[in-house]
Amino acid sequence: VCFILGGVDCSISFVSHVLGKACVQGRQKEILSVLVPRLTDLTKSDFIWQRICWQLVECVPDRWMEAVVLGFVQKAPGADVLSRLLGNLVVKNKKAQFVVTQKMLLLQYGHTTAVLQNLLGYLSLDSLRRALLIKVLQELLDTWGSSSAVKHSPPEQQQYISKAILICLSHLKEPEIESCRQELLTGMMEGVKCHLDSSLPQIRRLGMIVAESLSSKINTDGPVLKFQYEEDDEARELKALLMQTPPFCVVPSLPDDDRNEKADAALPLVLEGNKKSHAAAPVVPEEESDAELDSDDDLIPYDMSEDKELKTKAPVYIRDCIEVLTGCEDVDKWEATLKALESLIRKNPAATREVSVELAKILLHLEEKTCIEGFAELRQRAQVAVLTTDPIPVAKYLTSQFYSLNYSLCQRVDVLDVLVLAAQELSCPKSRGKTKHSGAQKPCIQLLPGSDSSKDWKRIVDERIKSKTRRFATSQSQVELASSPNEFSSVAGHFFFPLIQYFDRPLTTFDLLGEDHFVLGRLVHTLAVLMYLAVNTVAVAAMGKALLEFVWALRFHADGYVRQGLLSCISSILLSVPMERLLEDVTEELLETLSWLGDVVEKDPDGDCRRLALQSLLLMENLKNKLKTVPS
Amino acid sequence: MALPPPDPQFVLRGTGAAVHTLHFSCGGKESDVPVLFSGSETGFIHVWNLQTHRVDTALDGHGRKSVYCVETMGGKHRLLSQGRDQRICLWDLAEGRTSVMDSVFTENVGFCRCSLLKVAEGRWLMAMAAKALDEVQVLELPSKTSVCTLKPEAGAKLGMPMCLKLWQLSCGSQPLLLAGYEDGSVVLWNLTMGKALSQLVCHQEPVMSLDFDSEKAKGISGSSEKVLSIWRLNEQQNLQVYKTHKLVNAGISDITIRPDNKILATAGWDHRIRIFGWKKLKPLAVLDYHTATVHSVSFSDHNNPSERLLAAGSKDHRISIWSIYTQT
Repeated sequence: VCFILGGVDCSISFVSHVLGKACVQGRQKEILSVLVPRLTDLTKSDFIWQRICWQLVECVPDRWMEAVVLGFVQKAPGADVLSRLLGNLVVKNKKAQFVVTQKMLLLQYGHTTAVLQNLLGYLSLDSLRRALLIKVLQELLDTWGSSSAVKHSPPEQQQYISKAILICLSHLKEPEIESCRQELLTGMMEGVKCHLDSSLPQIRRLGMIVAESLSSKINTDGPVLKFQYEEDDEARELKALLMQTPPFCVVPSLPDDDRNEKADAALPLVLEGNKKSHAAAPVVPEEESDAELDSDDDLIPYDMSEDKELKTKAPVYIRDCIEVLTGCEDVDKWEATLKALESLIRKNPAATREVSVELAKILLHLEEKTCIEGFAELRQRAQVAVLTTDPIPVAKYLTSQFYSLNYSLCQRVDVLDVLVLAAQELSCPKSRGKTKHSGAQKPCIQLLPGSDSSKDWKRIVDERIKSKTRRFATSQSQVELASSPNEFSSVAGHFFFPLIQYFDRPLTTFDLLGEDHFVLGRLVHTLAVLMYLAVNTVAVAAMGKALLEFVWALRFHADGYVRQGLLSCISSILLSVPMERLLEDVTEELLETLSWLGDVVEKDPDGDCRRLALQSLLLMENLKNKLKTVPS
Repeated sequence: MALPPPDPQFVLRGTGAAVHTLHFSCGGKESDVPVLFSGSETGFIHVWNLQTHRVDTALDGHGRKSVYCVETMGGKHRLLSQGRDQRICLWDLAEGRTSVMDSVFTENVGFCRCSLLKVAEGRWLMAMAAKALDEVQVLELPSKTSVCTLKPEAGAKLGMPMCLKLWQLSCGSQPLLLAGYEDGSVVLWNLTMGKALSQLVCHQEPVMSLDFDSEKAKGISGSSEKVLSIWRLNEQQNLQVYKTHKLVNAGISDITIRPDNKILATAGWDHRIRIFGWKKLKPLAVLDYHTATVHSVSFSDHNNPSERLLAAGSKDHRISIWSIYTQT
């Protein structure tokens, strides 16, 4: 497309029409991939071409404006290019303004970070548009800080909004921040609260990062907000968005500075080295003169720097350990006891059984006295050891404490973790207990055949078979895995039913269905794991029925983490309880669950929930098919 | 730059039980085999050949009860051993024999090691804890006649005697006895009169072991606490504390001064052997080899100074032999 220049006023509105029509038909990519690079080149230095470009986009009719603007924003290689191409379109045209400031930021969330950068950079590059930038930031903050948005919008959208906020912040200058400081502060406080309340760690972390960035921008001189969270690629990427160098700054002096710094660093090192050698020399003559004074005693001492105090030994009896943990003032002894406790418990099962409940009580209430490494792990392992040594009384105690007054959330969650780990250990064969924390994922455990009273029957049967069969050739024998009785079967009920008993009974300090939904989420996940581990046990059918009712009562819970737990419960039930029993006992509930799962797959905002529901549906399908193929 | 402490010259293994006592006998003729006697918790006395580093003989005379003291009486063929079976046995080991010649029934169930002193050719004095809880009895060997019984006065709650040392200033002079008691005091007894000459409280805890240098009239005692106490005897035969030395870890089981009075060794509950200069109690070395409490240390009586050895017996069933400060 070429134009005759030289003062002739041409109308390019028909080009705009063509462009608009093409874009709205969905051909943005094709037409703009040709147009945009050409225009970029042409508008680089030629102001007239810029004017022409602006006219082009301004003349696009409103009904096609959205498509065109969207296309341009996506296609432009950089914010400055976008600025050249669109000019002040957003200020002049209402539709364009709506698209850029509202639709692309708040209503859509599928765009890449580069597109966001383009958009917000574009807004920041002109003084007229900067007012829009501030408005955009405030609206983004409002959305970020609204608790219903945090609870109900998908994590991807929340991440998108957080990125947008960070990029905005990076573009804002001091005086602008100054002017809206108060609103930023209030927005940040509200937002941080909602984010930290969430049960999903990703949301919490997003909240923390954004709050830190906001705080660092607002309080440049005072103390800034600092959270502790796991640094991984996502976090680093987000933080990098904040540190943007504006496109026009050049820093040529840096390389020189670097070199100077290195040279400076080298010099002090050399000086230090000289000093050290000087210092060493005078010491030796002193020692020799000392020795000479002892004229008779010309015995030269050896190096005794290794002579240090001996560490205290840990007690070797369980009851001594109890004494130390409850009353001892000597911190060394306390530390040594804690470190030795787990192995002592495992080596002395009989002695542990005598004091198991007392020991469990002490461990549950144990607080960190000194800064010992791995305190939480040591304590947890000792608790698991006690629980596996004497399952029934200790499980009774722990489950009763879960619903008691005056425990911290941390302790209640601790109880759940210990129950899960112990259940895992009990149901595994007697190999070195690989007790890894299972968290929300289902552990991959080797499932064992059901428990039998003695192994003799196996031996007798084997011998009988051996004596009665004639072997023509012996094939390579396959190594059979050592099997041992599943110890979890006798205690599964004791772990499971007390936990499910009082979930709807609120106490003054503990309300599972109310504020403490985080603990509810953990409880539900724990129940899912216990259900899964109870496969082939006697109580599994009763457990399945109870769990199904529990899930039904809570299925519309607002917290995404809880819903994920409920769906893993369903999967566990389907895996553990034999399908025949389910069909017999709970047919209606099963059908209702089926329809609920279908609902979740379609409508739940949380991606993980949808995935888990789909998994359960597939499981159900498989089981139904298997039943059909089995000849009755 | 101080050298790191030396390693043991060799380690004797094979007792199979905790080693409670050691005694060297290497002062014989050139052709004689140097020998180390060790008493173990299972009641055996092992006779170690220091050239082959193996056990030559194992003597079983205490009914499998722990042997906590061995001494030689003039050469390696006459041995005295004390065990928890309440007996002190005298052995004849000449020409390969392993028989108990004589024994003394002490009726004492404590752990106090007896002390021997040669007063004349073929005549010995032995001090041992007696039947009554706080008494010390002195016998003459080999006749086994009682010389005296040293009884503290009625109110002096000294407790059991924990360690004994018989000594005399020179051959022929009056023998004296130093006894360390359970209450932490050291008492100097005059044997002819049977009276206590001086008493000194050197420790807050029981005195576990003591040794005395009769030339300098200076002695050292160790206890279950962290302090070593050095005391001396003045002209009036009174004990006075001269110095104390604080240790890194508490508990000393045995102290012995080398026969040339240049260095001394302590056996600690913290598994370490410490060497000090005797003149000023200057710490010289910390030998860290054993993995359990060291019960006993002993210096050898080699005629040739450069061959002198130090032996340490520990609860970890090993005897470590060290060659340290042999040049002086």
